[in-house]
Amino acid sequence: MSANRPAWMGKPSPLVKAVKAVALVVVVAVVLFPFWTIVATSIASPQEVVDNGGWVVIPTSLSFHAYTDVFEGGVITHALLISGGITAVGTLLSLVATVFLAYALSRPSIVGGKPVLLAILFTFLFPPAMIPAFLVVQELGLKEDYLSLILPVLVNTFNLVVMRGFFQNVPSELIEAARLDGAGDFRILTRVVMPLSKAVIAVIGLFYAVSYWNSFFTAILYMRSDQWPVQAVLRQYVTQGAALSNTSEVTVVNSPQSTKMAVVVMATIPIIVLYPFVQRFFAKGVLTGAIKSLGKRSQP
Amino acid sequence: MAATPGTPATTAAPRTATQKRPPLRRRLRRDWLLLLIMVPGVLYFLAFHYGALFGNFIAFKDYVTFYGVWDSQWIGVDKFADLFADSDFWQATWNTLSISFLQLLFYFPAPLALAMLLHSLTSDTIRRFVQSVVYLPHFISWVIVVALFQQVLGDVGVFNGLLANGGLHTVDIIGNPDAYKPLVIAQVIWKECGWGTIIFLAALAGVNEQLYEAAAIDGAGWWRRTWHVTLPAIRPVIILLLILRLGDILTVGFEQFFLQRDAVGPAAGEVLDTFVYYKGIQSGDFSLGAAAGLMKGVVGLILVYAANKLAHRFGEQGVYRSS
Repeated sequence: MSANRPAWMGKPSPLVKAVKAVALVVVVAVVLFPFWTIVATSIASPQEVVDNGGWVVIPTSLSFHAYTDVFEGGVITHALLISGGITAVGTLLSLVATVFLAYALSRPSIVGGKPVLLAILFTFLFPPAMIPAFLVVQELGLKEDYLSLILPVLVNTFNLVVMRGFFQNVPSELIEAARLDGAGDFRILTRVVMPLSKAVIAVIGLFYAVSYWNSFFTAILYMRSDQWPVQAVLRQYVTQGAALSNTSEVTVVNSPQSTKMAVVVMATIPIIVLYPFVQRFFAKGVLTGAIKSLGKRSQP
Repeated sequence: MAATPGTPATTAAPRTATQKRPPLRRRLRRDWLLLLIMVPGVLYFLAFHYGALFGNFIAFKDYVTFYGVWDSQWIGVDKFADLFADSDFWQATWNTLSISFLQLLFYFPAPLALAMLLHSLTSDTIRRFVQSVVYLPHFISWVIVVALFQQVLGDVGVFNGLLANGGLHTVDIIGNPDAYKPLVIAQVIWKECGWGTIIFLAALAGVNEQLYEAAAIDGAGWWRRTWHVTLPAIRPVIILLLILRLGDILTVGFEQFFLQRDAVGPAAGEVLDTFVYYKGIQSGDFSLGAAAGLMKGVVGLILVYAANKLAHRFGEQGVYRSS
C-alpha cells in the first residue's frame, strides 16, 4: 500500500485516511446505486414493485417477466436492432474517414495540409448550429434516411485531432524504412502506422460507438417514429410516460415500472459490456496523451 | 493512470531550412493517394460544417417551407429584431446564463477536487477501481441519466419512498421548477465529473515531485503544498479550461434540457438551444431559430477571442496563439 508514498510525505493521520475512505465510498456508491436500483426493479416480481411503490433496492422474488414483455412487444426489439445497425455501420464509416484524414494530415509535407487543418480546427470554435444543419440534411435529401444519423456526425474534430497527434508520434524512421522497402503510403498506413496505434483506434472506436448508440435527437429530428433507435423510443417511455401498450399490439399486464426499467437496462447493457474491453486502454495513458496533444494544438 | 502519463504527442519536427520544396506537380504526384483518402473527411467538413455555416443565411430570409431555402424572400435583419423583441428569448438567455454560472461555480471545480483526491491515493489498485467507476457515467446517454434520476429522486422513486417509509415528508424534486437548476447541476456533475478528472490528473502527474519535497522539507503541510505548489503548477490547464468554458457560456448542453424542459415548463426549463428547437423547428419559424443560433455562435466566438486575449495579457498560454 504505502510503497508508492515518497518519504517526505510522512504518514497520513488516521483521521485523514478515514475521511478519504469515506469520500471514496460515497463517490462510488453515488455512481453505482442508480444502476443497481434499475436492475433490481427490472428483475423484481411485478407485484413486489407495485407493493413497494414503484422501486426496489433488494428484490425478494425474482422475475424476468419485464424482459419477456419488452421483447414480446416487438417495438423495443426493432429499435434495438436499428440502434445496433447504426452503431456498427456508423462506427466503421467514422473510423475509416477519421483514420484516413488523420493520417493524411499527420504527414508533415502533404500538399494543402496546413490550410485544411486550420479550416478543420476552426470548427471547434464555430460548431454547426441546429437549424442550418437541419437544412443541409434536408437539402441533401437525407431526411428519413438512416444515413442522416451517420453522415452529419461522421468525423468528430476532437477524435480527429487526437488521432493525428498519435500518428505524428509514430517514429519517422519506421516510416522511412518501410518506404525504402518499397511500401506506398497506403501500405505504410495499414502495415506500420495502424498496428502501432491500436490503442488509440480502439478508444476512438469506442467513442464513436457510444455516441451512435446514445444518440436520439438526430433521430427525432430526421426520422419517422417507426424508424427510431432505442434511445429515442426510451425517451417516450421513460420521460414522457408513454405506455408500452400504446405502441405495441401486446397489452402489457406487467407493472409498467419494472418494464420501463427493463428497457433502461437493455439500452445500457451494450455500453457496460463494451466498457471493460476498452477501459484497459485508458490506463495506458491514451487519454492523457490525447488531451495533451489537444492542448498543444495552440502552436501551429 | 496518473503514474503513466503516456506519450506526449508533439508536433512533427519542423522541416529544416536547407531542405528545398519540390515543385507542386511533383508533390501532387507524390501525395495523390493521401489526397484521395482525405476526400471523405474533407467532404464531410465541407458539407456539414461549412455548409451549415453558410446555411446561416436563412436567418436573413423569411423561410417558408413551400418556397424552400432558395426561393424564400430576403428580409434583412427583421428576424433579429423579432428575436430581440421576444420575451421568451430573453427568458431563455437568462436561464442559460444562470445555469452556466451555476455550472461554473459547482461543476467546474468538482473534477479538480476529485482528481486531487484520486491523485493522493497511494494504492494503484484502489485508484484504478475508482477511476473505472467514475468514468462510466460519461458513456451513458442523457435519456438514461434522466431515467436514473427519476427512479432515484422522483415522486415514486427510491429517495421519496424511503422518506415516506420513515414517516417523513416527501420532497418534490423532479418536475419542480424551483428545484430544476440544482437538479440539472447535480445531473451534469454525476455524469461528467469523473470524466473531467482526466485532464486534471494528467496535469497533476506532470507536477515536479521535487517541488513538493522541497516544500515539505521547508515545513509546508498539505494545505500549503496545495496552495503554493499544486495550484500554480496546474494553473495553465485551469485557465485553458476556463477560456473554453467562457466561450461556451451560452451553451449548457442540449439533450439534457430538451428531455426535461416539458416537465418544468418553458419559464424555468427553456435554454437557448431548446429555444432554437421549439421556436425554429417545432413552431416552424426556421429563420427566427437560425437567427438565435447565429447570435449564439457569434457571441461564443467573440468570447473565446476576448478570453484568449485576456489570458495572453496576464502572461498565460491560452488556447491558441496568432502568428
